[in-house]
Amino acid sequence: MEKLIFYILAVIMIASAVAAVSSRKMLRSVVYLLFVLIGAAGLYFQMDYNFLAAIQLTVYAGGVVVLIIFSVLLIQHIEMELEVAKKYRQSISALLCLMGLSLVLATIYAHPFEATGVTTTTTTAEVGRALLSTEKGGFILPFEVISVLLLSAMIGAIVIAKGGNEIEKSPLEKIEAEKLLEEITKEVETEKVPEENIGV
Amino acid sequence: MIPGVSINEILTLTSILFFIGVYGFITRKNLISILISVELILNTSVINFVVINKYLYPELLQGMLYSIFIIAVAAAETALAVAIIINIYRRTGSVAVRETETMKH
Repeated sequence: MEKLIFYILAVIMIASAVAAVSSRKMLRSVVYLLFVLIGAAGLYFQMDYNFLAAIQLTVYAGGVVVLIIFSVLLIQHIEMELEVAKKYRQSISALLCLMGLSLVLATIYAHPFEATGVTTTTTTAEVGRALLSTEKGGFILPFEVISVLLLSAMIGAIVIAKGGNEIEKSPLEKIEAEKLLEEITKEVETEKVPEENIGV
Repeated sequence: MIPGVSINEILTLTSILFFIGVYGFITRKNLISILISVELILNTSVINFVVINKYLYPELLQGMLYSIFIIAVAAAETALAVAIIINIYRRTGSVAVRETETMKH
């Protein structure tokens, strides 16, 4: 039964990942990414890491995907289609990825993994104790560092997204504005010349 | 561990997903699509950490805690990347990679 569920999850994840990197509509590819992340959470549930699966669902599926969807909605129209790479570039990169994949798979199947076969249940209390323990092998220092990192990333994101006071125009608009300015100054000069002649 | 499923099968799944992410990273021409591919790659690395912890060292917790840290770093990275992408869009009016060749202020 677990084997069947694993294979179903694997098929869903691979199909959604392929769709996510090849879909021409950006919002759809974000939703396909969401399916991959939920499939990963399903794998964690199968491996009896309930806490990690909950984190995966809340942080990745709840936070990251919503953030990317917001940026897509801020930046593009939903129905806008993306340009894709040329066919020969696509096939070359697919070939490169297949070569890398075969290399990695050959390495994985050549290496004798010694799976212990022991099944232990990890409770959330154990995870919390390991995260906050100050003894050898404890994770208190990375835990604090990651909290500082999250705070600084949050402040940095606010500062960057807020931007400066003046918002620059796009380069094209700038060039057009400069051209317009030159034409106006030329017109003014040509208008001035006859007036001076009249004066003389 | 998942009964009936060997570690090789899960590692095969994660490496296939990883190289799908690499393919998207190479071929996509849009900053947000590249961000999506990076998320795929990071997620497969998290699955690898968890699987190796569960199958080879089930009495330890190190791999799982590392995966929590990777998830936190990925969330911070996504927030910063989205902020940068929105700022680039406000400055240049586009999020295509080709049109962001100059990054000066």
